[in-house]
Amino acid sequence: MDQKPMSSLQRVLTTLSHREADRVPFFLLLTMHGAKELGVSIREYFSNAESVAKGQISMRKKYRHDCFYNFFYAALEVEAWGGEVLYIDDGPPNAGAPIIRNHNDITRLTVPQVKDTPCLVKVLNATRIIKENAGDEVPIIGVVMSPFSLPIMQMGFPAYLDLIYEQPMLFQQLMAVNQDFCVEWANAQLEAGATAICYFDPVSSSTIIPRELYLKTGYPVAKNTLSRIKGPTATHLASGRCLPVAEDIAQTGTAVIGVSAEEDLEEVKKICRGKITVLGNLNGIEMSRWNMEQTAATVIEAIAKAGVGGGFILSDNHGEIPWQVPEDVLMTLSETVHTYGRYPILMEE
Amino acid sequence: MAEVLYEFQEALLSTDIVKARQVLSETINKITFEQIIETVVVNALENIGKGWEKGEYALSQVYMSGRICEELVDTIFPQGNTPRKPSPKMAIAILNDYHALGKRIVYSTLRASGFDLLDYGRVSPAEIVQRISDDGIEVILLSVLMFPSALRVKDVRDMLDKKGSKVTIVVGGAPFRLDPHLWKQVGADFGAHTASDTIDIIKSISAGGV
Repeated sequence: MDQKPMSSLQRVLTTLSHREADRVPFFLLLTMHGAKELGVSIREYFSNAESVAKGQISMRKKYRHDCFYNFFYAALEVEAWGGEVLYIDDGPPNAGAPIIRNHNDITRLTVPQVKDTPCLVKVLNATRIIKENAGDEVPIIGVVMSPFSLPIMQMGFPAYLDLIYEQPMLFQQLMAVNQDFCVEWANAQLEAGATAICYFDPVSSSTIIPRELYLKTGYPVAKNTLSRIKGPTATHLASGRCLPVAEDIAQTGTAVIGVSAEEDLEEVKKICRGKITVLGNLNGIEMSRWNMEQTAATVIEAIAKAGVGGGFILSDNHGEIPWQVPEDVLMTLSETVHTYGRYPILMEE
Repeated sequence: MAEVLYEFQEALLSTDIVKARQVLSETINKITFEQIIETVVVNALENIGKGWEKGEYALSQVYMSGRICEELVDTIFPQGNTPRKPSPKMAIAILNDYHALGKRIVYSTLRASGFDLLDYGRVSPAEIVQRISDDGIEVILLSVLMFPSALRVKDVRDMLDKKGSKVTIVVGGAPFRLDPHLWKQVGADFGAHTASDTIDIIKSISAGGV
């Protein structure tokens, strides 16, 4: 008996409640590909809200995935704090030299006001345009860098690790200003029409810091920050491993966890079942040279490993699909989910 | 010596520089400087690097371990007597992007293991080719975080080929870990998953492995 397909939002909400929807929801977390869609350069594409909204709407129509993604690029938040953004022709704009060059700079930081910061206002405008077009049928995923991970771009990775290990007071001071910014930025996106916020927190990953350190640092920061965000959140570790801290992350108040391509989806799902929805974990880097057979086989394997019982959204492992991933791979990925992701999942050899 | 290695490694993993210094200082009277480097420092860094690759340890522990070892080797050994290993003329650089952690870890690990190398910081493909030529570099270690930066290694290789340069390119960083075939695709001679892999690669190059 054919039933009316669920809307993307219904599908996602069903899986978040750890039940099976009509099929496995999938998020194509596409950013720069919108520029290809519109036939403009990456710099031009991100220069105005209208083109990003148009790109998102056009890509969803083409690939039929279950979300819009208002994410421009990670360095945008550093831009908001006064940092430089470096554009390239074949990848995401990158953060330039760190804005925090010594410890005194931390004591002088002032939180950027969202409404007075043009690069942030641009994202809010794109969100509003998408919302006007999407209505309530498709979730719009907003994005923030976690207060705990933003310092990688604010001060550089080595200096930040030195700070975490050796300057606990200054570390707390930096977290306080970053948290205020993160909360205001997340809530502004929710007000503009975002359905949920993706909290990018790679430093909390067990690839980067041990669990004992996470429990003293990234964990309390996440718990406090997420409690102040007025909407649902998903935590993404941007390719970092989550297994040793998956249950801790589930306690921070987030609904979703992004899984690394270096981890076994089945193993992660076993730990997360009924507690937190698993998002992942297609390898974005390898995806750029997959053929169609590999694409389909990888998608089917992921669905088989994590799809049963809901609590799973198929996606890439990083939260940003590389520019180099070709359109036919994305199309095959979509077609495979639509064909093989229908519930009940049939396990065949 | 296994006990000393264990104690030293545990001190590194706990970022306890005082304990790590104490372990090395107590060992100085028992074995030669070269033996300390080889059997304690290098082995500890290799174990920690391999543990990171297996998901047992975190990158922050790898970084802090390298930093502590570099500092200890530079300060514990008598001035000018730090044992240095014969090796090809080497340099390390970050290609294009601003993420310096990987480069810093490899630099510290190699220095603490007795190798000398130049640090070029962040450079473009054209700049690096020029510096390789100016300095007579034989092995260039390239660290990247961003995927597009990893693809730029091919530009470096093409420019070096045009100049007839036989420089050995060793690459490392997240894109190469996530795609184990990528280092070959961009024309590198070696791909290193961890800083300790780099030690093995340099030893093999020094022994005529290329």
